[in-house]
Amino acid sequence: MPDTLYLIAAVLLPFLGALVAAALPQSARLEAWLAGAVALLTLVMVILAYSSTAAGRIPRVEFAWVPELGLSFVLRMDGLAAAFAMMVSAIGFLIVLYARYYMSQDDPIPRFFAFLLAFMGSMMGLVLSGNLIQLVFFWELTSLFSFLLIGYWQNNAAARDGARMALTVTAGGGLALFAGMLVLGHVVGSYDLDVVLSSGDAIRAHPLYLPALILILLGAMTKSAQFPFHFWLPHAMAAPTPVSAYLHSATLVKAGIFLMARLWPVMAGTDAWFWILCPVGLMTLLLGAYVAIFQHDMKALLAYSTISHLGLITLLLGLNSDLAMVAAVFHTMNHATFKASLFMAAGIIDHETGTRDIRRLSGLNESMPFTARLALVAAAAMAGVPLLNGFISKEMFFAEALTAANIPIMMRVILPVAATIAGIFAVTYSLRFIHGAFFGPETDDLPKRPHEPPQFMRVPVEILVFTCMVVGILPSATIGPLLDIAVRSILGDATPEYSLAVWHGFNLPLVMSLVALAGGVALYRLLYRHLNAGIDGTPLLSGLDGRRVFDQVMVFLSWRFARAAERLMATDRLQMQLRLMVCIAFLAATLALLPHGLTAGEVKLTPVDPVVALMWLMGGACAVAAAYQAKYHRFAAVMLLGGAGLVTSLTFVWFSAPDLAVTQLLVEIVSGVLLLLGLRWLPRRIEIAGSGELLARLRRLRDFAIAVAAGAGLTAISYATMTRASPDGISRHFLERAYTEGGGTNVVNVILVDFRGFDTMGEIVVLGIVALTVFALLRRFRPAPESVGVPDQQQGEARDWLAIPAVTMRLLFPVIVAVAIYLLLRGHDQPGGGFAAGLMLAIGILLQYMAGGTRWVEDHLRVLPLRWMGVGLLLAAGTGAAAIAFGRPFLTSYFAYADLGVLGKLPLATAVIFDLGVFALVFGATVLILIALAHQSVRSQRAAPPPPPEAYARAGED
Amino acid sequence: MELILALAIGVLGGSGVWLLMRPRTFQLIIGLSLLSYAVNLFIFSMGRFPIGAPPILEPGSSGDPATFADPLPQSLVLTAIVIGFATTALFLVVMLAARGLTGGDHVDGRPPR
Repeated sequence: MPDTLYLIAAVLLPFLGALVAAALPQSARLEAWLAGAVALLTLVMVILAYSSTAAGRIPRVEFAWVPELGLSFVLRMDGLAAAFAMMVSAIGFLIVLYARYYMSQDDPIPRFFAFLLAFMGSMMGLVLSGNLIQLVFFWELTSLFSFLLIGYWQNNAAARDGARMALTVTAGGGLALFAGMLVLGHVVGSYDLDVVLSSGDAIRAHPLYLPALILILLGAMTKSAQFPFHFWLPHAMAAPTPVSAYLHSATLVKAGIFLMARLWPVMAGTDAWFWILCPVGLMTLLLGAYVAIFQHDMKALLAYSTISHLGLITLLLGLNSDLAMVAAVFHTMNHATFKASLFMAAGIIDHETGTRDIRRLSGLNESMPFTARLALVAAAAMAGVPLLNGFISKEMFFAEALTAANIPIMMRVILPVAATIAGIFAVTYSLRFIHGAFFGPETDDLPKRPHEPPQFMRVPVEILVFTCMVVGILPSATIGPLLDIAVRSILGDATPEYSLAVWHGFNLPLVMSLVALAGGVALYRLLYRHLNAGIDGTPLLSGLDGRRVFDQVMVFLSWRFARAAERLMATDRLQMQLRLMVCIAFLAATLALLPHGLTAGEVKLTPVDPVVALMWLMGGACAVAAAYQAKYHRFAAVMLLGGAGLVTSLTFVWFSAPDLAVTQLLVEIVSGVLLLLGLRWLPRRIEIAGSGELLARLRRLRDFAIAVAAGAGLTAISYATMTRASPDGISRHFLERAYTEGGGTNVVNVILVDFRGFDTMGEIVVLGIVALTVFALLRRFRPAPESVGVPDQQQGEARDWLAIPAVTMRLLFPVIVAVAIYLLLRGHDQPGGGFAAGLMLAIGILLQYMAGGTRWVEDHLRVLPLRWMGVGLLLAAGTGAAAIAFGRPFLTSYFAYADLGVLGKLPLATAVIFDLGVFALVFGATVLILIALAHQSVRSQRAAPPPPPEAYARAGED
Repeated sequence: MELILALAIGVLGGSGVWLLMRPRTFQLIIGLSLLSYAVNLFIFSMGRFPIGAPPILEPGSSGDPATFADPLPQSLVLTAIVIGFATTALFLVVMLAARGLTGGDHVDGRPPR
């Protein structure tokens, strides 16, 4: 089916175009051509797809999206979607053409067109959506790209603020819409638009109808700038004019209208619908029109007039009348054409004169007559002057205001009066726009000498104004079919008879129009003096400032409330955080155990071995002593910590875990040395006997209780677990396959380098990152002033105390290297492996540093830890990638044994090469950390500036 | 034997938790190391204690979980030991940097008022 292809292309093309435009170089000036071509092609796609829609079919294409949730990606084009898609793409094309001349060479043009196209694609996706969730997705995309477009001049504070405000309001509404769509989907049982559209009665009768309605309308009203969410729209005028012309005529703000029209068949027709939309629409209509009169900035005037027209359309939609629905869709199209052209005209004036302030502009009719004529016609359409498109839809509105059935008496009186008043205001602000800028005496008090714009900058305006006129004179021959098919897609068989004729005879709506025209002119004359006095602000409404309210809300939410919540619920003190964490963990474990209790299991206990008991008597004593000594006797604490580690290591030996024992032992050595290297830079702390006030002692007592409870809990849980039989887990899998499939008899090693090689790879990457972080942190290290001097132990005869151990350490070096290689090679079959070997070799180097001093070692032997790390990573990743070359998944290993005669058999699994990589990285990382720390003593230190006195630690305080 | 190991885990963990709540950075590092011993032993004990069970397979054979030491907790602990080493190193250096920057060795940079 080609028409489905057109649909896909219509959504995909703008996004692809955006990607290409973003990649274009700044200087090429190609992006406008590209964007124009893309927009035009999209329009062609829409027209091609529309030919199917016009023939009575609804082109539809569906892809599985998240099939588990029953979500699919559906594009469909019925009449309403076609009308909006046509507007979006056609006006989009004209905007691109206009922007080609409007945007300055100094701006980052590729970014502009990339955002514009992406926005266009989002709008296309929105209007062509056949799925509620997908619709919300594109809805939020339009919010996002409009944010980027409004904030395009990012170094302009007003643009940033306006963009942020637009995003906050529209995306916030989008969240409400999302919630509403979820409720609606729950009510209907499907997110598919076709299903939703065919279950109107069920939706309206459902108890969740009202929540869904309110949430969805919140989305629509924020997007379409309805009172009281209208305030973001004028601030969005900080965008480049083409953006304003696009967003505020045909696209962004019409998305809300589109949504309300889309769901009109299934959600309208209730009192709730009427009582939400009518008052809001009416209020927006009058407020927008009134405020528009008093704007001095041409774009601000147009912005408020847009708000007013959106209110009008919302009001029409809220009337629950089929004819009003027709008027709403029709006025949406008309407003898009005349408002886009007016924005462009305002942009031309801004571009050619350097200002948009109506108070400064005057008499431009002389210098730019063509533009003046075009703006005049467009403004007349906005005011509702006969023979232009705005007139016809406004007449329909007046007629509906007079005849709307099924509405309360009060509204029947209010509506016609309000409609006429809004009409008067519209005429007044349209007059102001035209008269203020183009008529009156010519002025030379302008930043630039005004002249006509380049011919092609005017062409989009000409096309739009021409459309206004043609539709205004020959409505049924031009817009008739498209309007008809759009309306029929909403109303179906219930579509009422309506007439698009210009002349309906001398009737009440016409009288209202005439009153509005005459009244508008009179009001303009009346206000002329006041308006030209140049006073800022709107009379009677100066207190009503949406922006101020918004700012206050934002300050409250993001600052005061956040601060108060932080004060109430957070602490920046680490001790408190850790204490809470321990307590919460303890509570969580207790709660989980409460229903079951904690009892010992029934497995037969293994007999107590006195050696192990004795070992742990020492180990436990070491741990407790380390905890006790860590404050005043750091060196002792490090030694005691090593004692506890040693006992742990011996426990591993005892219970058949040689690999763990070896690694633990080596890590113990390396981290012990690390801690010792660090001790030097810590502040001296002298024990004060019987220290501490009562409060501190109480605190310690509480912490002691927590620690005892935590320890007891750990013991209880460990004991309960250990006395139960272990389940038959995946260990069997590893044990059975370690040799037959991994080619190694050391199961632990095979798991690490083969079965779970990817985990190990991640781990060595982490190790590498840590080493680099340590290196980077220490490069900027500034010791405290008091620890810069050379310590006592490095002065005088104390330096020679290590003479004999030093000789031993030097002699041991080759032995250690041999052991490291041995550990590495046998790792696959016997205890050892890359981790242990790497640490072993690092210890070898470390001993040389200790024996000979940093300078001596580096004169004789240069270790390049970064290279080792790099090579290690490359080896590990390369071994993994090599498997791909053989058509296997990443890190699949291959193994064989090489017969080395006397030396025995050498296991040659590719996993060994991987292990070699692990070895190199572990070695490099460990040495890098150690050398970085050791070098601190060699570098000529620049001490940190002395901190404020209260920062010095006071001994004894806890 | 189970009781000894459980007590060992409790003593190591309790000492670690005590140190975690102390105000000096060095105490924190020692505490984390002690806590990591406790956690490693706990994970290791999930393999239970088949004393004398061989950890290494005979070449050419596949192992039976009933007679061999459980390799899974062992490889988990091996990983944990190495990562524990890395975090100790990182904490140590962060501690030194904080010491240089703040002049003190309080965990919050300065003692509370």
